[in-house]
Amino acid sequence: MEDKERISISDKVWSFFASVKLTIAVLIVLALTSIIGTIIEQSADPSSNIRLLAKFFGDSLAPTVYNIFLRLGFMDMYHSWWFILLLVLFCTNLIVCSLERLPKTLKLINTPLKPLQKNVINTLPLRKELLVNADLKTVRNEVLNNLTMAGFRISESAEGDSIQLYSQKGKYSRLGLYVVHLSILLIFIGAIIGALFGFDGFLNLPEGGSSDVAYTREGRTIPLGFTIKCNWYDTKYYPWSDTPQEFQSEVVIIEGGREVLKKSIKVNHPITYKGITFYQSSYGMVPEAEGEFHIKVTPNGGEGKILHLKLGDTFEIPGTKIKGAIVNFSPALTRDLHTGMFYTYTEQMVNPAIAIRLTDAGKETLGGWILRRYPETGILPEGHKIDFIDYWGVEYTGLQVSRDPGVWLIYLACAIMSIGLYIAFFISHRKIWIILRSEKNSVRISLGGSVSKNRISFERDIEKMLSKVSQTIKGRGKK
Amino acid sequence: MSDNILFSIAGLSYLLAMIVYMGYLAFRKEGIGVAATTITIFGFITQSIALLMRWIDSYHYWVETTPATTFIISLFRSTPLRNLYESLIFFVWCLILAHLIIEFRYKSRSLGAFVTPIAALTLAFIELSGTTKEVPALIPALQSNWLLFHVLLSFLGYAAFGVAFGAAVAYLVMVTESRGEMTYIFWSILVGIFLIILIALGIDFLSISVTRPEELIRNYFLKSTFRSSSGGIVAMSWVFSLALIFAIWRYGLQLKGILARLRISAETLDEITYKTIAFGFPLFTVGGLLMGAIWAHQAWGRYWGWDPKETWSLITWFVYALYLHSRFVAGWRGKKVAIIAIAGFISIIFTYLGVNLLLSGLHAYS
Repeated sequence: MEDKERISISDKVWSFFASVKLTIAVLIVLALTSIIGTIIEQSADPSSNIRLLAKFFGDSLAPTVYNIFLRLGFMDMYHSWWFILLLVLFCTNLIVCSLERLPKTLKLINTPLKPLQKNVINTLPLRKELLVNADLKTVRNEVLNNLTMAGFRISESAEGDSIQLYSQKGKYSRLGLYVVHLSILLIFIGAIIGALFGFDGFLNLPEGGSSDVAYTREGRTIPLGFTIKCNWYDTKYYPWSDTPQEFQSEVVIIEGGREVLKKSIKVNHPITYKGITFYQSSYGMVPEAEGEFHIKVTPNGGEGKILHLKLGDTFEIPGTKIKGAIVNFSPALTRDLHTGMFYTYTEQMVNPAIAIRLTDAGKETLGGWILRRYPETGILPEGHKIDFIDYWGVEYTGLQVSRDPGVWLIYLACAIMSIGLYIAFFISHRKIWIILRSEKNSVRISLGGSVSKNRISFERDIEKMLSKVSQTIKGRGKK
Repeated sequence: MSDNILFSIAGLSYLLAMIVYMGYLAFRKEGIGVAATTITIFGFITQSIALLMRWIDSYHYWVETTPATTFIISLFRSTPLRNLYESLIFFVWCLILAHLIIEFRYKSRSLGAFVTPIAALTLAFIELSGTTKEVPALIPALQSNWLLFHVLLSFLGYAAFGVAFGAAVAYLVMVTESRGEMTYIFWSILVGIFLIILIALGIDFLSISVTRPEELIRNYFLKSTFRSSSGGIVAMSWVFSLALIFAIWRYGLQLKGILARLRISAETLDEITYKTIAFGFPLFTVGGLLMGAIWAHQAWGRYWGWDPKETWSLITWFVYALYLHSRFVAGWRGKKVAIIAIAGFISIIFTYLGVNLLLSGLHAYS
């Protein structure tokens, strides 16, 4: 009695999870609730969302609504208990449905094809009839030949004056949807592994600075197990525009006091060392930093020399009496079109420039601004050249630092899902039965077929095959 | 001749084709049908040339600014799929291509009357929203070989879904019998809302002048109609909108009368909806979601971050997964699945336009 009840309860639970209605309900609820998190800014400053809510509910109600939404987990909804529960429901449903249907599909695949009676063939969704003038053996060979060329492996049975050829192709395509379902589960497993054993952090390194830890957004400190040092950071711009072309940092990995890796990180080109990946993510100016000007001084026809100077330092152009001093710096120099005055238009290093004062044998000569992005501004009338290479030590690079031991599974799942989708949507399970019956001097071809999908293209292939058969036979008759 | 002029010629051709397709629906003369197809093909060829020209121009610009890259990489980096304008143009191109393929495969022109309006509306949207047409410089995040494949496959998918949408709307128009039916009310309101938003955009465009084109929708969306500071204008907008929806509802059955005289059957429309979704779904899943995730992992350090664009793509994916499961496993047919197909495309419009223009996120450029 008790046992029976238990079975019926577990049956009920099973059939609840195996039901398509649940699939449909979960998909609808997932689609609808996911919208919430695209409108309410996730994990954001409360004030920005209260401002948003005030637009809909008014200023006085907004804080109350905010608190209700906060309780409901809407402020970080994709990690809330109910959304995760929905995802668990989605996976359970997917697993149970697949397990429920897989045995039937396997049976369908493993059942060998049998010859069919003429009247059964007449009930198949695809039917064709054709009369050709030739003897049974010729027609049989011709049909067999064409089917084999189309990739069918033919079985044959003979009854009296008729032959039946039958075959199927692509039966394993029925497994495609299970492959897709499996890959979805692998993605979830990969995501769980990443969430449990990985981390997602950041690290801001000033030029020349180094660190052996990274930080998570929640404020945790994560030891890297090695030291990473930023040699320099640079933004490259498209010519004559302020649209960035490349954000780039050169970093060095130091382990046990030794440099083990030196590489530049760009957007779309992260580096990975010992499972930890560094991405170029942001940049900025270090507040109140005093940097070092790297300039290259090249006398006319001579060798260039690189100098590292501070603001106010002087230098000379080798082999001449010209002396220079860096007297000013602008991170983003531009000139007002009306007044002709130079000014700095942003604190970011968009168009860095140094002002140089020059003296020739003690007499002041032509100086001025030298812009890094426009090296021609550094050519002196005598042909000497001063290149402004970098104002080093004032920028920091913002690196995203993460370790995700589940990511390989995600990549694998992507590959499996692509294959599964291809099989599920572009390959069809085709079955074909052909009865060849002698009638006086000719043979009647009665064909029947069924297909799991893409009926039209199967029909077209069959028509093509039949017309090829009849044409070849006609051609032979003429000879 | 610049590519912009050719794009305009193509756009006008599609607009003309839409009118001629509708004429074909109304009069059922073979000659009109041939003319509609010819105009569409002309527009398609013009647009293809324009796309190529833009690609070549961009290639030269890229090589000039970045001489060190190889031929293939330069070709990849200059693919004209870099911003809203270029991707919408490409969407129209895919849509027309899909339509032409179906027209030749199914030997049926009727669908043209439902697909060319989507193309024409998209082009009208480009003009009215004032989307910038300048050749953009490729920002660092987009400098990846994934750009071409991700956008190409996504948009082929979107185009297939667009055709499914057209066929589903045509299906609903065809199978509804009376004005009292929910599905009839559904599609007349749907068509009404599309027209109203377009008209409102047009009024915004004519009445508000902005210095940067993108600002129009970002900051002034519906500001001269529904969100106007004058209460009278807001009231008038609502009255006019309701009147328009009422008119569509009142006279919509005439459209059914026209459709009923056609040789295309409701079953064929249903099949086209299914076929195009079955074609678009794997492309969208692989190109949009999977490649997008892999690219996001390489560029931003995570394969999934619940960014609004990502989330909306996933919502779209849920809706089409729902279509496939309700049709194949639950055995739903007819109106119900047609409405899901329509909901899917509305979700795509939101993924593509709503997220870029109304919400913030990492995908801000496209």
